[in-house]
Amino acid sequence: MKQPFRTAQGGRIDRSRPVFFTFNGRQYAGHAGDTLASALLANGVHLVGRSFKYHRPRGILSAGCEEPSALVQLEKGGLTEPNMRAPVVELYDDLAATSQNAWPSVEHDIGAVNGLLSKLFVAGFYYKTFMSPKSFWMKVYEPFIRRAAGLGKAPTEGDLDIYDKMHAHCDVLVVGGGPAGLAAARAAAASGARVILIDEQNELGGALLSADELIDGNPALDWVAGIQAELLANPEVRILTRTTVTGYYDHNYLIAAQRRTDHLPRRAAGKTARQRLWKIRAARVVLATGAHERPLVFADNDRPGVMLAAAARTYANRYGALVGKKVVVFTNNDSAYEAAFDLKIAGAAIPAIVDLRPEAGQGLLERARNLGIPVIAQGAIVGVKGTKRVAGALVMRLAEAGEAFADTQPAELECDAIAMSGGWSPAVHLFSQSQGKLRFDDAKACFVPDVAAQHQASVGACNGSFELGACLAEGLDAGAAAAEAAGFPATAKLVAPVAQSRAFGTIKQTWVVPSLRPVGHGKAKHFIDFQNDVTAADVALAHREGYKHVEHLKRYTTMGMATDQGKTSNVNALGYLSTMLGTSIPEIGTTTFRAPYTPVTFGTLAGRDVGHLADPERHTPIHAWHVARGALFEDVGQWKRAWYYPRPGETMEAAVSRECRAVRESVGVLDASTLGKIDVQGQDAVTFLNLLYTSAFSKLEIGKARYALLCKEDGMVMDDGIVARVGPSRFYLTTTTGGAAKVLDWMEDYLQTEWPHLKVYLTSITEQWTVAQVAGPKARAVLEKLTDTKLDKESFPFMAVKDATVAGLKARIFRVSFTGELSFEVAVPAHQGKQLWEAIFAAGDEFGITPFGTEAMHVLRAEKGFIIVGQETDATVTPQDLGMGGMVSRLKPDFVGKRAYTRADTARVDRKQLVGLLTDEPQTVLPEGAQLVEVSDDPALTKGGTSPLPAPVPMIGHVTSSYWSPTLGRSIALALVKGGSARHGQVIMAPLTTGAVRCTITGPVFYDAEGKRANG
Amino acid sequence: MACFSAMAGFEGKRSMTRYSALSLLKNAFSHHEAWAPAWRKAEPRDSYDVVIIGGGGHGLATAYYLAKVHGITNVAVLERGPIGLGNTGRNTTIVRSNYLWDESAALYEKALSLWEGLSQDLNYNTMFSQRGVLNLAHNHGDVLEAQRRVHALRLNGIDSEYLSRDEVKAFCPIIDIRPDVRYPVWGGTLQRRGGSARHDAVAWGFARAASERGVDICERCEVQGIRREGGKVVGVETSKGYIKAGKVGIVTAGHSGVVAAMADIRLPVESHPLQALVSEPVKPIIDCVVMSNAVHVYVSQSDKGELVIGAGVDAYTSYAQRGSFHVIEHQMGALLELFPIFSRMRMLRQWGGIVDVTPDASPIIGKTPVDNLFINCGWGTGGFKATPGSGWVFAHTLATGQPHAINAPFALSRFETGKLIDEHGAAAVAH
Repeated sequence: MKQPFRTAQGGRIDRSRPVFFTFNGRQYAGHAGDTLASALLANGVHLVGRSFKYHRPRGILSAGCEEPSALVQLEKGGLTEPNMRAPVVELYDDLAATSQNAWPSVEHDIGAVNGLLSKLFVAGFYYKTFMSPKSFWMKVYEPFIRRAAGLGKAPTEGDLDIYDKMHAHCDVLVVGGGPAGLAAARAAAASGARVILIDEQNELGGALLSADELIDGNPALDWVAGIQAELLANPEVRILTRTTVTGYYDHNYLIAAQRRTDHLPRRAAGKTARQRLWKIRAARVVLATGAHERPLVFADNDRPGVMLAAAARTYANRYGALVGKKVVVFTNNDSAYEAAFDLKIAGAAIPAIVDLRPEAGQGLLERARNLGIPVIAQGAIVGVKGTKRVAGALVMRLAEAGEAFADTQPAELECDAIAMSGGWSPAVHLFSQSQGKLRFDDAKACFVPDVAAQHQASVGACNGSFELGACLAEGLDAGAAAAEAAGFPATAKLVAPVAQSRAFGTIKQTWVVPSLRPVGHGKAKHFIDFQNDVTAADVALAHREGYKHVEHLKRYTTMGMATDQGKTSNVNALGYLSTMLGTSIPEIGTTTFRAPYTPVTFGTLAGRDVGHLADPERHTPIHAWHVARGALFEDVGQWKRAWYYPRPGETMEAAVSRECRAVRESVGVLDASTLGKIDVQGQDAVTFLNLLYTSAFSKLEIGKARYALLCKEDGMVMDDGIVARVGPSRFYLTTTTGGAAKVLDWMEDYLQTEWPHLKVYLTSITEQWTVAQVAGPKARAVLEKLTDTKLDKESFPFMAVKDATVAGLKARIFRVSFTGELSFEVAVPAHQGKQLWEAIFAAGDEFGITPFGTEAMHVLRAEKGFIIVGQETDATVTPQDLGMGGMVSRLKPDFVGKRAYTRADTARVDRKQLVGLLTDEPQTVLPEGAQLVEVSDDPALTKGGTSPLPAPVPMIGHVTSSYWSPTLGRSIALALVKGGSARHGQVIMAPLTTGAVRCTITGPVFYDAEGKRANG
Repeated sequence: MACFSAMAGFEGKRSMTRYSALSLLKNAFSHHEAWAPAWRKAEPRDSYDVVIIGGGGHGLATAYYLAKVHGITNVAVLERGPIGLGNTGRNTTIVRSNYLWDESAALYEKALSLWEGLSQDLNYNTMFSQRGVLNLAHNHGDVLEAQRRVHALRLNGIDSEYLSRDEVKAFCPIIDIRPDVRYPVWGGTLQRRGGSARHDAVAWGFARAASERGVDICERCEVQGIRREGGKVVGVETSKGYIKAGKVGIVTAGHSGVVAAMADIRLPVESHPLQALVSEPVKPIIDCVVMSNAVHVYVSQSDKGELVIGAGVDAYTSYAQRGSFHVIEHQMGALLELFPIFSRMRMLRQWGGIVDVTPDASPIIGKTPVDNLFINCGWGTGGFKATPGSGWVFAHTLATGQPHAINAPFALSRFETGKLIDEHGAAAVAH
């Protein structure tokens, strides 16, 4: 296939390797080494997309990550990606890209009608309208806005790729592999430091890849190759290409995103992670991130074919693709001359270099003359011919001073492209993210790093040093200094290579190029932010309306908020604002540079923490057994807990009833291993526990356990569990399953910050023990078959704890009960848990031993009125509210929460208190969470329905737990009710959506109130 | 009119053109060169009836309702920087009133009812859109909490409904409801009247409307001291000199502790960074707001097309408006758990704000121990949605010297009595 805009020779593409791709369904050919943008240009394709607001035709502006215009949708289905910048998409076989934000096609886009209304659609227009009639906002206006906005399309299928993360440490991190960065890396590595060199491009060299400079008399890329070889041979150096440092955080912590397979044909990389997030901690950082060329803001500067001059040069020199056959160059500085010369040499005609300045830098005019390029000094492009492609440039000469013209009529230069340069903006993004302070350099008309806030140096173009020689020298010095600061003094100073020096020259900063009519008048538009369609007139309007602070300007106009985050637009906007304010740019300041430098895929940020690795799944050692027995599981914190064990064809209700009956009538076993367990040791353990829990432990004997509550400082119950004393200064605590980590953290917090003088040591032992809770009248009979330890009531009373041998395993037995039945919890080392479990089931076979899950456990404990933290409590419930006031010590001088109980509201007697509820109709099971009100025949309450009530109705409490009780053969519920402990026997009402349910308040204990069974 | 004296400082020409499609069209003919500043750039005068410290949404709303509802226009809003760039300009723009406790429900519902007519009231399109807020439930405890909330809201006269898993899918089709994911969706609650708004427009709209009524909005005027005489506030020291004030209201969010300390008041407030991020803009893909406490992330899509994503606060206290990167990583894992299709989307911008968190996660709105000094703070992560309601009740408080019934429960004194309004919300069931 012909590539009409391909140069005859040269560039870093492999002309022997064609690469075929499609754009908007049409097939094209490029070469290996092309980007999508360079391949499109080689094929003469300039119309790439449509702009955000006005749907203006847009082409390719840049050759890098700063691209605001040439955004495409890449691929389809589970591989699709919106808003990909064509200049940084490396071409691969069968790449498929389409234009965005255009319908039905990029050539004929209906949305372009917005352009006709552009006089209305000025900055912030939507704040002033779309308010009437009110109902139209959501029905008409907003849907229209939403559909019109948004650029590309989000994927609608799951991602086929995987992502991962790496941590790395180094002495010197060099960001940027251009001349300055290479020099820095070389100097740092030479001293023995561990160096990481990162560059966003596919190969090292930076700007040298696009240029024809000489270093030490040889082509610069020879020098690059030499350095690269030297670095590769050094085992202490790691080079990451196709990697963008996107974030610079405190303490030299930097984030980089590496694209590992994006340059390959899709799905060709097998299981290689597509992208990788690098988290790097560096002793010293050298930033060598280069600079971005700025557009000139002139009339219709957004037409496809208008490109940054350096980008046009890059496409010609590096990719062998010409931006046009006839290219007018428009500049306010010397750098674009090199572009003009190279384009001419590559085969393009240059009708003129239009220079805003009266005079170009030394020697340039002569070189232009030698190449036959006319230079129009003090000239300006005042208009662009062509809509979907540049067809001509209207040029006028400026008068000596001010914005007046020397000509009366513009001259038209026929051309198919315009290469422009408005000066350079150092890429200070990372420097600024690191909290460094910027300074505006008037001579260079750009922000440069001033005061660094971290251990870091900026070198080369990102430091405002645009000349090659200075880049190399700064890089070497900074690299050596960074290594030395990291503890690696240089052995010998490296000699800076000699670069062919080209002076940067002067710049005439004209923030908005004068045109035939004032900005905002007439049809022409002067774009500052290309992607978000922000024009000079918009900036002027924002200023006029008082949005003068740069952050207000940005938010009001959306300037700098597009996917390029203003890399090409921010400084032009600030400059123009400064002319309107009549102040200097430094007085205005910049907007905040926010991470990331370039967008990072969500997949990379999440890494492997997706799917089943989204959060670790914790299993007990018995898990496989539960699975084999057909258990269903519920998530409790990170744990998978056996919920119930349905037999084939059995409903949940039937299964839970069966499990409950087994416990009440014979024996059941619950896997209680998930409960948090904390080992507390140390001479001050008793003191510590006395300070934390509401009850006192001084008198707790060794071998005895106690149920205890932890409350927060506000006196509200936070967690509960067993405190067992297993030695003079050693305790074994349990916590709730979900609260384990929180409780340990909380205890450590107190220990380390409030009572650091206490000698206490806390260790999480949750996963060190497997715990089988054997519950039911036959529990003793089962265990007696497995242990010689006496289990009778006298030898092993309720709340006793003993070390024992069970089924031949060293075990600890707790005689505690959460079901209200005779119950033993047997703990053995986790790795022996399965052995214990199977032994218990073998021993219990003759009693019909039954595994029971958390649901049956819930029912059984509710029958007994035992609370579950988080269900009966919600951080507003005191022990007294739960009827557990007896567990709050009156004698201890202090403990967490103590002070709260004397506060007026906490001490009230009519607080919400734990009660039982019995529905009038025993078959009716109240829904958990139902609110409770006083009995009323108000139809709004009794008739049900989902609509909100016309007026608020006072609520007196809510149902915290509610079950069908197989033991009692009726429904039971627990509730918190205002003043409830004094209201036993009274009738209240639950107004449900299905109608009101009347119920009677009772005590919370429905079964064996005397506790004979657990005690027996 | 009460506002004349306040308007005196303004130079002649009529300040406010009414915003409408017609005025937009008319101005198009004059190249939009006739628009006046949205709000007057006022320099502070010597004395005001009321001085509001803090030009965020809440402070500006307070000034607006002081003028509108109470006719008090001799008011200054003093802002250290430009207005609206604190949490007002940094939040994820979610608006809802589906709070559990009666006190909170009344407060946020007041706000929501004001949101519903706010654009028209202010004559500034705040782009409030009632696209529905969906809160997901992922386990038994979540369901219990959700049901409890829905029942309570219904009885409080606030719209809210419980959705089954399939109804969740029908309402927001792109949520992954497969049962074999790490934290499957069990159901959720939906408040259809909830939604989102354009945060900057809220600050600017209140500023414009307040300014039009005579309020002085003084930017770059930093309060450096609070002058008291006999236990009573008499004025504030600022970077632009001393300003006498009849009453002073502190509305400074993350810096409330710092400003209150100028009057020797120690607040039960901790300041934490809260981060948020947006994706690159894409065509409409999600219409509602989705929040999940258990997986811990929330997401909506702005009118511009960006996915707006937030999660929990950073654990460390800080005044720096940036947080820790690992919080973002965790948040994206959570997002992809709910929406695996977003894996190839890209994070465009990430930022942090400073939220002032009280022990019960409810705000403090009312009197201080110093006479004539009032405070409105402690909104934690939930301040944006309350903006108009917060301003409305605080204006009442400043105007009358007494809290309105709606904000009376949110008194600073509750931390002494223990009458907390604990909105830490769904405490996961932890059995």
